[in-house]
Amino acid sequence: MAVANVASNAATEVLRPESEEEAVEAFGDGTNVVVVGGGTIVVAEMTYRRLRPERALLLKDAGLAGVSRDGSRVTIGAMTSIEELAGLPAPLGPCAANIADIEIRGAATLGGNLCAGGGFEAPRGDLQGALIAVGATVRSAGEGGISEEALEDFLPKRDGRLVLDVSYEEPAAGAFACLDRPHTHDYTALAVSGAKLADGTIRLAVTGAGSHGQRLPSAEGGDADAAVQDVTPHDDALASAWYRAKVLPVLVRNVLADLEEGA
Amino acid sequence: MNITVNGVQHEVESSLLTPLLDVLREELGITGPKAGCHQGGCGACTVLVDGEPRRACLTPVAAVDGAEVTTVEGLGEPDALSPVQTAFHEHYAAQCGFCTSGFVMAAEALRTRSDGDLEREEIIEALSGHLCRCTGYVKIVDAVAAA
Repeated sequence: MAVANVASNAATEVLRPESEEEAVEAFGDGTNVVVVGGGTIVVAEMTYRRLRPERALLLKDAGLAGVSRDGSRVTIGAMTSIEELAGLPAPLGPCAANIADIEIRGAATLGGNLCAGGGFEAPRGDLQGALIAVGATVRSAGEGGISEEALEDFLPKRDGRLVLDVSYEEPAAGAFACLDRPHTHDYTALAVSGAKLADGTIRLAVTGAGSHGQRLPSAEGGDADAAVQDVTPHDDALASAWYRAKVLPVLVRNVLADLEEGA
Repeated sequence: MNITVNGVQHEVESSLLTPLLDVLREELGITGPKAGCHQGGCGACTVLVDGEPRRACLTPVAAVDGAEVTTVEGLGEPDALSPVQTAFHEHYAAQCGFCTSGFVMAAEALRTRSDGDLEREEIIEALSGHLCRCTGYVKIVDAVAAA
């Protein structure tokens, strides 16, 4: 594994693992390590001096990219680009295609999207809702070694974890609806994803109504208005909490209707 | 660390996490990519990395170690413009010019990955990450459609 000190910021040690094993070892327990996937979040944070890492882990050559299938089980590596996901079936494909623009999607990664903290003035982590909806599990490394758990359990405690991959069973049907804004950077103010699993179970999840994607169990029985019970919407530059609470049931209704149609 | 820019190989001395934009402009003196917002929101720094459009301001130079980078300087010559550059010229698609190199690189990538005529919606989608504060975009879209 290549290791280098950054000349203009001597405090930053840059690690360049060349395999998953090296990445896990270099990440350790995650203390004082900043993971650099596509760089679309981290580089800007460093440019504006909001982030001064002691150690940076560059994952480009760690072999964590790619989408693979084993029967109906889909596995997506952490370094897979968002653009590569845009062609997948709903809800993940349309959700990925809705993120930012083609230059950003080509560089940004699944792992970065899942681990993105709350944005400076807009929500981040669009894929979180879509992957919760399909019942994805995430394999991650950190203190205690490698573990695998449901994404909705992982997200609240993702600090200090290195995402390796996610996997899920292809749903029987999927749907995605979002509150779009005609803006160059196209941050999604609010998005709802839904999936009908092979056994007929409906799962719904939202992005943009909290610090990370959340499941909407109260609405999964078909009562769209009940979705607001599962979230605590917030104000930011894109929308007020009041507006988000008003729009959420509309998006849930649209997704439920699409699932019904697609099933 | 080595990168090839417009066909010329360079050994880069900047630190590994330095944005590619800063390496191009400050270390290599290649100023076609513009430093606009420095956070990926304006598109003025767009370059091609192995043929794919990327924001140079968000790309750590280590991520393009060994890659081929193309900037607007690598497309044509002043008296032999590329088809996209020619179309921008003929359709009055530039005013102040600050955003133009980013638009041209995005259009170049779009033209390369598509075959045949483009719908205006496809062009608008491909250029959606680029800001222009002069033209109102209509002439830019016209130019890309004609390129």
